[in-house]
Amino acid sequence: MCGIVGLLVKKPALREQLGELMMPMLIGMTERGPDSAGLAVFNDTVDVDHRKISIYSGFTEAGEDFDWNGLVHGLREHLVIDARVQARGNHAVLTVSGEPEAARHWIKEHHPRLHLLSTGRSISVFKDVGTPAEVADRYDFKSLKGTHVVAHTRMATESAITADRAHPFTAGEDFCLIHNGSLSNAAGLRRKLEPLGIHFETDNDTEAACRYIEWRLGEGDTLHQALDHAFKELDGFYTLLMATSDQLALVRDPFACKPAVVAEHDDYVAIASEFRSLAHLPGIRDAKVFEPGPEEMYVWKA
Amino acid sequence: MESLSFDLSQTALREVNQFLHGADLASKVSKVSITQPDGKHAIAAGLNADVEVEIDGHAGYYAAGMNQLARVTITGSAGTGVAENMMSGSVHVKGFASNAAGATAQGGLLVIDGDAGLRCGISLKGADIVVGGSVGSFSAFMAQAGNLVILGDAGEALGDSIYEARIFVRGKVKSLGADCEEKTMGDAEKKILADLLARAGHKDVSVDSFKLYGSARTLYNFHVDNAGAY
Repeated sequence: MCGIVGLLVKKPALREQLGELMMPMLIGMTERGPDSAGLAVFNDTVDVDHRKISIYSGFTEAGEDFDWNGLVHGLREHLVIDARVQARGNHAVLTVSGEPEAARHWIKEHHPRLHLLSTGRSISVFKDVGTPAEVADRYDFKSLKGTHVVAHTRMATESAITADRAHPFTAGEDFCLIHNGSLSNAAGLRRKLEPLGIHFETDNDTEAACRYIEWRLGEGDTLHQALDHAFKELDGFYTLLMATSDQLALVRDPFACKPAVVAEHDDYVAIASEFRSLAHLPGIRDAKVFEPGPEEMYVWKA
Repeated sequence: MESLSFDLSQTALREVNQFLHGADLASKVSKVSITQPDGKHAIAAGLNADVEVEIDGHAGYYAAGMNQLARVTITGSAGTGVAENMMSGSVHVKGFASNAAGATAQGGLLVIDGDAGLRCGISLKGADIVVGGSVGSFSAFMAQAGNLVILGDAGEALGDSIYEARIFVRGKVKSLGADCEEKTMGDAEKKILADLLARAGHKDVSVDSFKLYGSARTLYNFHVDNAGAY
């Protein structure tokens, strides 16, 4: 099992309450995924010359006392770039100018135990082990603002319970994926992608799906084409929820083995594994509630 | 006869279900309303009393599962496995139902006004199911007895490995499963269908707009030509 939720607000005023509205959705999925939780939120888009990089320091010796300001000074000094950081315990969102790959490379070289969670102009990722309520509290999910958010509660089946194996997974820039299910050909996908120069950071099956779809997008596929390829290549059970800087996309495997419910309201689109995570949204009685069909693509624009 | 109401945002679901499982329930109460179901699982599961239960809103998994005698109405949608293994009584879902609606049900009537998901009536063992909308793939898989009436369309592999259940479909069938074939509808089947349509609130729908599907019975016995497949 696992729980997935997604919320895209259409009414600009609701962006201020994105985290607050999402919180009961996430907590509602606790029984489906009590061992870890995480989310990706899209907000405060930086200009084309900057990138936001989300970083996890839980694997370093200092852990939540990691010297984030030291990291920023190092980047400024060595790469001669703008760098600033917003830290919360073992998570930080770093904003850098210049070529993001140079900054990522420098961080990995000088702080090999830092784990990079995401890169993009609008994405930020927070994920960790613990119950959804504990993780949400640790990073103050309820105060998050933004246009859309996807969040996940994990009940691990295919790989160990660690922060880097929690969802969301990201690949490339401003792309993330969360998954309820299990893939039986994750190792095969990995063997296909690694010779193409695509680097994997964990042994998690969802990471393979994430990197596969991002690879197809990078090859020039539209999101629809990439998901068509995914339907042919992914073997297993899945409901996948993906987010880019301006879209949410949802697919279910051909047997609809894993659940999903959607609520479309004038003010928002909300997605969850089960209705109990949608029940507390304002105006839910006026929303169009439906179950997405198997092997179909659902895409919503932010 | 008393009527009672429970608000699931105030009263624990276990307390409500325990009340519904109480001895001589039917002599104490005739109607129970349950509000704020909010997708909780196993609401009104395991009833065994001739009472009316209304769930006002969306129910989660296994709502009214294993039902006996009770008449349960869900005003919203139902999650996976609504009325699974029902023995008698009736369950009416006014919205849509998720996967495996009425799975293994042995008696009673399940009415779904909207669509049903995949595997509707899987391993049906004698109950009747009437779906106002369409059903997903693999519906009536290995269905042994009973009737599945579909006013809309059916997905892939309808009635795969079916035994003696009947499937009536008004719309299109995407594909039939192994050993499922169209049958000629005789007067006896038309009467069964007309009766079910009337009981499900579709009495104006013509029985002649349906096609009947059932078992070709080619999988009933081992065939030596298939030995290589094992």
